[in-house]
Amino acid sequence: MNTFYKKHIPYLFLLPAFIFLIIFFFLPFFETLIISFKDYSNDIYTPVFAGFDNYKALFKSHEFYISLLNTFLFLGMVVPVLAFVPLITAIFINQKIRGISLYKVLIYLPVIVSIVVVAIAFKWIYADEGIFNYIVSIFGGKSIGWLTDTHFALLSVALVTIYKGIGYYMIIYLSALMSVPKELYEAAKTDGANLFIEHLTVTIPQIMPTIALVVTMSSISALKVFAEIYVMTKGGPLNSTKTIVYYIYERAFENLDLSAASSASVVLLAIILVFSVINITFFENKRYKL
Amino acid sequence: MIKKLFKSIFTHSFLIFMSIISLFPFLWLISTALKGNNENIFQYPPVIIPKYATFENFTGVWKKIPFLLYFLNSFIVAAFTVILNLIFSSLAAYPLARMNFKGKNIIFMLVLSTIMIPFQAIMLPIYLIVLKLHLVDSYGIINGYLGLILPFAVNAFGIFLMRQAFLSIPKEMEEAAFIDGCSIFNIWLKILIPMSSPTLAVLAIFTFIGSWGEFLWPSIVLTNKTLYTLPVGVNELQGIFSANWRYIASGSIISIIPIIIFFVIMQKYFVSGQNEGAVKG
Repeated sequence: MNTFYKKHIPYLFLLPAFIFLIIFFFLPFFETLIISFKDYSNDIYTPVFAGFDNYKALFKSHEFYISLLNTFLFLGMVVPVLAFVPLITAIFINQKIRGISLYKVLIYLPVIVSIVVVAIAFKWIYADEGIFNYIVSIFGGKSIGWLTDTHFALLSVALVTIYKGIGYYMIIYLSALMSVPKELYEAAKTDGANLFIEHLTVTIPQIMPTIALVVTMSSISALKVFAEIYVMTKGGPLNSTKTIVYYIYERAFENLDLSAASSASVVLLAIILVFSVINITFFENKRYKL
Repeated sequence: MIKKLFKSIFTHSFLIFMSIISLFPFLWLISTALKGNNENIFQYPPVIIPKYATFENFTGVWKKIPFLLYFLNSFIVAAFTVILNLIFSSLAAYPLARMNFKGKNIIFMLVLSTIMIPFQAIMLPIYLIVLKLHLVDSYGIINGYLGLILPFAVNAFGIFLMRQAFLSIPKEMEEAAFIDGCSIFNIWLKILIPMSSPTLAVLAIFTFIGSWGEFLWPSIVLTNKTLYTLPVGVNELQGIFSANWRYIASGSIISIIPIIIFFVIMQKYFVSGQNEGAVKG
C-alpha cells in the first residue's frame, strides 16, 4: 500500500483545502492575536505596539463585564433546558407508536428554518399586544415588556435559542437511545421497575456520555450567540442582552475599534477553547474516529 | 390493556404538545399574514383563523421585495459552498485516511484545531483579508459572491466526515485497481468517491442548510442590495415595513417556503438519527 504513490502525492491532495484553511483560519487567527496587542487610536494605518494595554482597557470596561456576565447568564438559561427537554422528547419518540416520523419532522422543523425568521416570529409573539401578554392578562397580570424590560429581555432571547435547538439535540439523543441494549430494559421490568424508574436506572446511565456531549455542544453554541440578539434587541435595552459576540461585532464593525474587538475575541477564543478541548478529547474523537 | 392505552394517550398528548409548540410561531405568522386591513391583528383574545382571509399582504410584499433575487443569491452562494466543500473535503480526506507521509500527525492536528476556532472570534481579520483580496460587492457582483462563498469553502468537520467514510471502504478495492494500472487520482475519483456517495450526500445537505441560513457574515460584508441573501433580506423587512406586521409576517413566510420544501423532500437525512446532525456551523 505504501509503495504505490509518489512522495508528493499526499500533499497535492491536501493542498487545496490547506490554502483555504490558511487564508480563512490560521492567518485570521494569528492576526486576531497580533491586533489585540496593537494600538490603532492615533492612526488606523500605522498601529503601534501596545503590550497588554488593550487587555487592561478591556477588563476595566464595565460594558465588557456586562457582556461577559450576560453571556454566562444566557448559557446558564439555555444549556440545562437543552440538555433536558430534548432528552425527554427523544424518550417519548423512541417508541413503536403511530405517527412517529410526523412528530420527528414537526419537532425538527425549527432547526432548518433561518434563525432570522424564528426571531421575527418571536418578536411578534413578544409584542406589547402580542400572544404572550394576552396569556399574562388571562392570569390577571400586567403587560410585560418581553424585549424592552431589562429583567426579561435576556430570558426572552434565551427562549428563542432553546426553541430553535430542541429538535437538533433531540435527534442526537435519539440515536444514542436507539443503541441502548433492549435486554437492560427487560431486566429492569422483571425487577418490577415502572417506566420512570426504568429510565432513571437504565437510560440515564447508558446515555450519560451523550448528555455530556449535548451540554458541551450547547454551551459552545450559547457562547457564540449573535443572530437572535441582532434581530430582536440589538443588545438592548441598556445592554441587558449584550453578549460577548455582540460586543465584538459592535466594536469591530460599528465603532471600528479594532483593538477592543480583537482583545475581546481572544477572551472568547480562550473560553471556547476550554469547552472544545473537553468536547474533542471525550466525545468527538469517537464520532469522527480521530 | 388499559395501562397500555393510558400510556399511548400520554405519549401522544406529549408529542402533540411539543409539535404545537414547534409549529405555533409559524402558524401565528401565517395567521397574521392572512389578515386584511379590516381585521385587527392586535385583537384580544387573539384570533388564529382569520375571519376574512386574504392574500393581499403576500402579493403586496412580493411586489415590494425582490424575493426571487434573494432566493437566487442564497442558492448561488449555498450551491457553490457545497460544491467546494465536497471537492476540498474529499481530496484532503484521502491522504489522511489512507496514506503515510511526513507531517501527517501535525497536519491532522492543524485541521482539528480549526474546529476549536469559532468564526465569531476571527471574523474581523477575515473581513480585513476579504477586503484586501477585493472580494466584496463594491468590486463587482462576482467578487461579492466570492466573498460570501470562499471563507466557508473548507470545513474541518467535512474533512473528518469524508475521512471516516473512506476508512470504512475496504483497501482491497484500491489495491486491485492499482494493479490494473489505475492512477492515484483515478482511484480517488472512480472508487472512493462513488463508494462514499451517501456521506457526500449528508455533507452536501448539511452544508447547504448551514450556508442557506447564514446571517452574521453576509450582514457584515454585503453593501449592495442586489446581492442580499434571504436572511439579510428578511431581516430588512423590519426596517422597511417598521410596524406593518402583516407585511413582515407575509415576507417571513414567503422566505421559508423553499427550505421547507427542501426539508420535506430530504427529511430522512435529518431525522433518521443515523447522521446525528452531522455538521453544524
